[in-house]
Amino acid sequence: MDLSVIWFVLVAVLFIGFFFLEGFDYGVGVLLPYLGRNDDERRLIIGSIGPVWDGNEVWMITAGGALFAAFPHVYATLFSGFYLALFLMLVALIIRGVGLDFRSKQPGPVWRSTWDWLIFAGSLVPALLWGVAVTNLIKGVPIDAKMNYVGTFFDLLNPYTLAGGAAFLLVFVYHGAAYLTLKLEDDLAQRARRAALVIGCFTAVACLVLVGLTYVNTDLFASVGAGISLWAAVGAFLLSYLAMRAGRTGWAFVGSGLAIVLTTATFFWGLFPRLMVSSLNPAWSLTVANASSSPLTLKVMTVAAGLLVPVVLLYQAWSYWIFRKRVTLRDLEY
Amino acid sequence: MDELLLARWQFGITSTYHFLFVPLTLGLSLLVAMMETVYVRTGNELYKKMAKFWGKLFLINFALGVVTGLVQEFEFGMNWSEYSRFMGDIFGAPLALEALTAFYLESTFIGIWIFGWNRLSKGLHAAAIWIVALASNLSAFWILVANSFMQAPVGYVLRNGRAEMNDFSALLTNPYVWNQFPHTVLAGLVTGGVFVMSVSAYHLLRRSQVEFFRPSFKIGLICTLAASLLVAGTGHKQAQYLAEVQPMKLAAIEALWETADPAPFTFFAAIDSAKQENSGEISIPGGLSLLVHNSLTGEVKGIKNLQQESEKQFGSGSYVPDVPSVFWSFRVMVAAGGWLLAVTALCAYYWRRGTLEDKPLLLKAAVATLAVPYIANSTGWYVAEAGRQPWIVFGLQRVEQAVSPTVSATSIWMTLIGFTIVYGVLAVIGLYLMGKFAKQGPAAPAETTESVEGKGVELWT
Ligand code: HDD
Ligand code: HEM
Ligand code: HEM
Repeated sequence: MDLSVIWFVLVAVLFIGFFFLEGFDYGVGVLLPYLGRNDDERRLIIGSIGPVWDGNEVWMITAGGALFAAFPHVYATLFSGFYLALFLMLVALIIRGVGLDFRSKQPGPVWRSTWDWLIFAGSLVPALLWGVAVTNLIKGVPIDAKMNYVGTFFDLLNPYTLAGGAAFLLVFVYHGAAYLTLKLEDDLAQRARRAALVIGCFTAVACLVLVGLTYVNTDLFASVGAGISLWAAVGAFLLSYLAMRAGRTGWAFVGSGLAIVLTTATFFWGLFPRLMVSSLNPAWSLTVANASSSPLTLKVMTVAAGLLVPVVLLYQAWSYWIFRKRVTLRDLEY
Repeated sequence: MDELLLARWQFGITSTYHFLFVPLTLGLSLLVAMMETVYVRTGNELYKKMAKFWGKLFLINFALGVVTGLVQEFEFGMNWSEYSRFMGDIFGAPLALEALTAFYLESTFIGIWIFGWNRLSKGLHAAAIWIVALASNLSAFWILVANSFMQAPVGYVLRNGRAEMNDFSALLTNPYVWNQFPHTVLAGLVTGGVFVMSVSAYHLLRRSQVEFFRPSFKIGLICTLAASLLVAGTGHKQAQYLAEVQPMKLAAIEALWETADPAPFTFFAAIDSAKQENSGEISIPGGLSLLVHNSLTGEVKGIKNLQQESEKQFGSGSYVPDVPSVFWSFRVMVAAGGWLLAVTALCAYYWRRGTLEDKPLLLKAAVATLAVPYIANSTGWYVAEAGRQPWIVFGLQRVEQAVSPTVSATSIWMTLIGFTIVYGVLAVIGLYLMGKFAKQGPAAPAETTESVEGKGVELWT
């Protein structure tokens, strides 16, 4: 297989890991002000992702770095094109990251609740924007013959991509609620489950809308595999919801995770061999052939990723193992 | 042209801001790791207290380093898309490797360290902070590999309209990075050492918690003294190396318009860039020759000659960076190095005589020294980056060819203002928190809130 194809797959894998892991972090951040009724509860909720959120966020950084290394043209076109959207996302992530760390370093209800809402916004905005971004990739954006994005910020927003944003956001929130059912105790865990059941209804609707609009707006279903994968994602979500209702929250979390994995895989599958679709002229799309790095760079990076990604998975898994117990007031550091 | 200037301002502001936090992470992580190791080895609780106290300050800084780094990661694509297309084949690899080898380790093990005090054995817990420290310094290596390529390209061919990698090992063995990396890591150690020293001096001055801050001060002092000597040494070597690879930068650093043999070292000069001459110079004859060639004679090329050579090689245009700002930035950095050496040497002298704590003036100077490494770090980068102008990649791509063609000035203004405001607010909050905890010292009561109080939860035991 061509190395650029392997890298297409690797980039997809990085995004899958990113959405799976950071997905529940975003969800937890959005749920924070609603589920946590007093300061202890909010600290418990933050504590559930405390040791791991930074490691999860590095999946996004690595995905960005991998795009730069393997598909520099995509890195250039995507980030200069989605300029203001990316700016919003970065500001949100800055505020969120600092908020998680600083929130409990100072007493005082005003300080803490301000940070809680900033963490909420800082989690909501990127969740939404990633949905908008991914759906824009497959729908196509105005890219000219020189690979430059020639649209504006508002060209990125339309019913389809907004539906994409809403669906990603809701899935992440549901995923986060499922995570919390596993990481919190007693009453709080129950509350998270009830929240998941309510949010799940909206999520299901949003996902079906997204599937429908994808059918109308994109050529994703031209790839049979992508189509099957998308329906499988919907199926995984429904199973997750049933498990949640039955109180089998562990399976519910597996299901929501699977739904995210399959959805992400679907979009990359539908894109292949393109990475960004040009809405002006199909020939101007960025593809694995015209956007990739030289064979040597790809080779070096393939060796590095082949050696390092499994190691990363091992020690990240180990860190989840260390913190596998439900969070109690004794464990709070933030 | 407007877009270009704005993009440069944006990059300058955001990366200088990122680099306010980076050096402290690089240095203090190592110091905390050593403190915790001593605790594990000796079982002395004092060192555990140290690791926790300095570790807490470290974490506030670390958080700011992480979130500002996030912006850096995407900024090449946002503002410098043509550069990313031209350079991505080479530049992307170290950046991705930085994430794969360093950021994952750093971020995963910092979480383990923060939350793992009661879950891991002592040894494993200390190993976690060592991993964070080494990974941070490894990340510095990768990003400097990328930066060094921009300063002195190696291991590439020009093909398909871009620079393509043809020798990965040449990137790693680029002599430029082996000058830059030690200097930067040592600058980090200086920053970490001064931080520990200054905060401790603040408490010694007030005679508060001296049993804790005396040994801390000593650690900070020793680290600063050793690292300042070495940072000056590596800086000197780097300047000699510049004479080979970027003579124009060296000439700008010295505001040397005419080729000279022997060349003087100038302390002060009024520089007139338009007329290309200096007045009111105070200089040591032969000083620059000595610095560059280790001998009182030896030719150092001047800006005018270098400009002619560049025109011959690259075509017409100006190849002269902004001389006055580079000249003065360099002097500020070197003066900072001198200040650090003087203060630490004096402190060490009185420390050994056991009378340091009776010298409030010196202790106050040690407190004030906290600002000095930050000034040196920023001016150092200014010299390195502004001295490279007009090139973004030396000899291969000029800055104006690198900027994103489709990003409007309005967009850059919006993000420039946005980042500046967010960063400004963060700076205030970060400084406030750091100041608060630094002043409290380790003896401060565990923080509790109303609702937590009853249950006796301790934040930092
Ligand atoms: C010499 C050191 C050095 C330099 C020149 C830079 N950085 Fe940096 N960076 C670090 C040294 C570092 C670090 C010490 O590893 C940090 C700082 C504080 C921290 O938490 O990690 C970090 C954090 C950091 C992060 C967050 C990592 C995480 O989440 O753990 C990113 C994405 C970047 N940096 C990216 C960049 C880019 C794209 C740079 C180029 C302009 C850059 N940094 C310059
Ligand atoms: C963190 C420490 C750094 C600081 C403080 C810093 C500072 C600066 C400053 C002040 C400028 C503006 C120079 C000018 O326009 O005259 C600049 C430009 C730039 N630097 Fe750095 N820099 C740092 C690290 C890096 C690294 C590690 C890289 C690449 C690996 C890099 C790449 C660039 C680029 C692409 C520009 C914009 C183009 C230019 O003006 O040359 N910088 N930097
Ligand atoms: C005392 C004598 C010093 C000398 C002779 C010296 C020399 C230099 C030179 C020549 C450069 C530019 C290298 C380039 O363009 O690539 C540089 C950069 C730099 N300096 Fe210094 N320096 C000294 C002290 C310091 C101190 C005390 C610090 C901080 C604590 C510091 C921090 C830096 C940094 C962060 C850079 C940019 C990174 C790099 O290019 O290595 N320097 N120094």
